[in-house]
Amino acid sequence: MACEHEHRRDRQQTLITLDPAVCAVTIDNVHKRFGQVAALCGVTFDIARGEFFGLLGPNGAGKSTLINIMAGLVRADAGRVRVMGHDVVRAYRRARAALGVVPQELVYDPFFSVREILRLQSGYFGWGKENEPWIEELLETLDLAPKADANLQQLSGGMKRRVLIAQALVHRPQVVVLDEPTAGVDVELRKALWEFARRLHRDGHTIVLTTHYLEEAESLCDRIAILHHGQVRALDTKHGLLARHPYRLLCLTVADEHVRLPESLARLITAREGNRITLRLHRLDDQIGGILNTLHAAGIAVADLHTRDPGLEDVFLELTAREEEAA
Amino acid sequence: MSVNWRGLYTLFMKEVMRFLKVTVQTLMTPVVTALLYLLVFTHVLQEHVEVYPGISYTAFLVPGLVIMTVIQNAFANSSSSLIQSKMTGNLVFLLLAPISGTEFYLAFVAAAVVRGLMVGLGVYLVAGPLQGVPLHSPGVVLAFAILSSAVLGGLGVIAGIWAEKFEQLAAFQNFVILPLSFLSGVFYSIHTLPDFWQEVSRFNPFFYMIDGFRHGFLGVSDVSPWLSLGVTVGFFAAISGICLIMLHRGYKIRR
Repeated sequence: MACEHEHRRDRQQTLITLDPAVCAVTIDNVHKRFGQVAALCGVTFDIARGEFFGLLGPNGAGKSTLINIMAGLVRADAGRVRVMGHDVVRAYRRARAALGVVPQELVYDPFFSVREILRLQSGYFGWGKENEPWIEELLETLDLAPKADANLQQLSGGMKRRVLIAQALVHRPQVVVLDEPTAGVDVELRKALWEFARRLHRDGHTIVLTTHYLEEAESLCDRIAILHHGQVRALDTKHGLLARHPYRLLCLTVADEHVRLPESLARLITAREGNRITLRLHRLDDQIGGILNTLHAAGIAVADLHTRDPGLEDVFLELTAREEEAA
Repeated sequence: MSVNWRGLYTLFMKEVMRFLKVTVQTLMTPVVTALLYLLVFTHVLQEHVEVYPGISYTAFLVPGLVIMTVIQNAFANSSSSLIQSKMTGNLVFLLLAPISGTEFYLAFVAAAVVRGLMVGLGVYLVAGPLQGVPLHSPGVVLAFAILSSAVLGGLGVIAGIWAEKFEQLAAFQNFVILPLSFLSGVFYSIHTLPDFWQEVSRFNPFFYMIDGFRHGFLGVSDVSPWLSLGVTVGFFAAISGICLIMLHRGYKIRR
């Protein structure tokens, strides 16, 4: 897959670059290829200090590659990334000290206990005994204290996930990357993780969240970048992104589930399940009054109706579908 | 250039703690294996072979077994730790840390040296005094033990980074490390070999490690201990150079 950024630069007009003094992360024209596959094609954007930033995109969009370049796990072919002003290649020690990454996979070292793991990770970053109170605080905050001396192998998946978070925070980074933190976790833990992420944000951390769950990004993030085929397709505040979607949804419950809608309405159907029909209405062109008149004229009885504003998922699907069509 | 001393020390300690948590596998097993070799070979050959005048075959064999155990365990320490970390994915925690390639290398090699010396000491303490093995020059013994385990610790880092699965590492161990250590004069003097194989042995760097180490015990050796020291130091420099280039380039660990 080749990069298409040159003739699509106009699509990236919404990019927001910030004053370097307020940037937590600066991503400047980053390119990366894996063999014939272009993973990132000139990605440029900034993340402000103290921001809760969402990085969205379908599988293979380049999210993980970008996170890995920030963390120094992958080297960019071109372009620069800075974390808290430190270049991740030239000043990698400072950049890594400023960054805490919670990996997506539940990886752990089977030889050590939770406390030992945290002490080791703290030591890698140059911290000694003076960091013990923070390690104890992390154990308490993340409900790991009762298992502090247990081997990682003995912990449940949820507890292992908490250990990963503690490891990412043990060196007191200003920027925390949560890479798909709630993938495969139960509802209770997901809520606990969301609350913890909000708390980190309130405490002044810059949070970068990658997620498949658009509901998660919608609930947590101030600003969102949508990546697709290695390029930034949209970057805006959550409200800005939602406002771009010129549609709203009309959810009808009809009396007869086999009823056929008139052609002028049938073209608006986005979902139909039993007697529930969802129509997508353009905010300017499709008026609800007119829709109801058409239904009435066709003799279709409506048992219930309500409207719903589009969510991030609708915006996301719209954007990616438009890209597919253009391709 | 600043050094992350605490990071280096922590990584070193982590590697030492790792093998100390499984001492049956990492310390006791190699000592018992070496003693079984000793039992079998001395029983079969003690009455028939005298490699150097006035020195029993057992006294000749023990230093060889000690350094062979040192070599194999130093290699196993760094290589198995790395391949396990790669396979389980926990190497990422190390790669996220502000630890340079040189610090990474030094920590792994130092831990390999510690394990090498511990198993070597174990074999020597059990077999050496019992078999009446002389100790001609402890300094030479220690120098070759440290250098040899450092060389193999470095080779272990190379193999651990290169191998993508356990099978590849096992192949490296069985087709490179094991033959080189067995065919290096552990069980015999190369002077007992035909000329061709004597010449071949001189291209085996493990031969110099073993010959120099043995000189420290017996005061005699196949070649000058200075030559052995030079070759071993040169080999260590070459291995270190290759390893540091791999680590600084992020070969196979940073894509």
